[in-house]
Amino acid sequence: MPPLNWYLIVAAALFCLGLYGALSRRNAIAVLMGVELILNAVNINLIAFGRYIQPKQVTGQVFAIFVLAVAAAEAAVGLALIIAIYRTRDTVNLEDIDLLKG
Amino acid sequence: MPITTLQIVFLAISAFTILCGFGVVTSRNLFHAALWLVGAFAGVSALYFMLEAEFLFIAQVLIYIGAIATLIVFAIMLSRGMMMGRTVMRNYQWGISAIVSALLFVLLVFVLFQINWPVVQGAVSPNAIADIGEAFVTTYVVPFEVVSILLLVALVGAIMIARER
Repeated sequence: MPPLNWYLIVAAALFCLGLYGALSRRNAIAVLMGVELILNAVNINLIAFGRYIQPKQVTGQVFAIFVLAVAAAEAAVGLALIIAIYRTRDTVNLEDIDLLKG
Repeated sequence: MPITTLQIVFLAISAFTILCGFGVVTSRNLFHAALWLVGAFAGVSALYFMLEAEFLFIAQVLIYIGAIATLIVFAIMLSRGMMMGRTVMRNYQWGISAIVSALLFVLLVFVLFQINWPVVQGAVSPNAIADIGEAFVTTYVVPFEVVSILLLVALVGAIMIARER
C-alpha cells in the first residue's frame, strides 16, 4: 500500500492547482472549476486519513459524503448565479462584474 | 524499500490526476478545461477506489462526472458567445497567484513530512457501505438532515435564480 504521505502530497498538489485556478482565471465558470478541484483534494485527504488512521470506522467517508453534498449544492447555485449574471450583464468575465464596487 | 505494483498504480493514477488538474487551470479553451476536469474527477475516483472507499468511488463517478461536470458543460454552452473568441484566460494577478499556490504547496509538503501520523495497519470493515448507512441514521443523523435540507434549498434556490424573468 502506498504510504499515507503520498496521498496527502497528491491532495496538496490538487488543492494548490485548484487555488491557482480559482485566483487566476477570468471566467467565472473556470473559477468554479478550480473550487471543484479544491473540494476533491479535501475529500482525498478525508478518505486517506480515515483509511490509514481509523480503518475500522467510516468517519472519513461520512465526512467526505457531506463535502460531496455541499459541493453539489455549491455547483448548482454557483452555475445558476453565473447564468443569471450572463443574462443581465451579458458577460461572465469576473473583472466586468463589479456591481458592488463603490 | 522496493516499490510494489500497487504503488506503481498509485503513481500512475496520481500523475494522471495532477496532469488533468494542470489542464483544468491552464487550458485556454474553457471547453477543454471542462474535459480536463472530467479526467481529474476520474483520477480522484480511482484514488478513492485504491483507498477502498467503494461507495465514494461510485458517488464520485455519479455526482462529479455525471452531474457536476455535465452542469458545467451546460453552463459553458449557455454562455458560449463570451468564451470562444477570447484567448486571454488569466487575469492580471495570475503571477502572484502562481507564486502563492506554489509556496503553499511547498509549505504543505514540508509540514506533512514533519508530522508522524499515527497510522494503524489493518483491513477496512468488510461491510463498510452498511456501516456508512448506519452512521448516517445514528451518529450523524442531525448533520445528515441538515445537509439534505441544504441540498433541497440550494436546488430550489438555483432554479429561482436561473429562471427566465
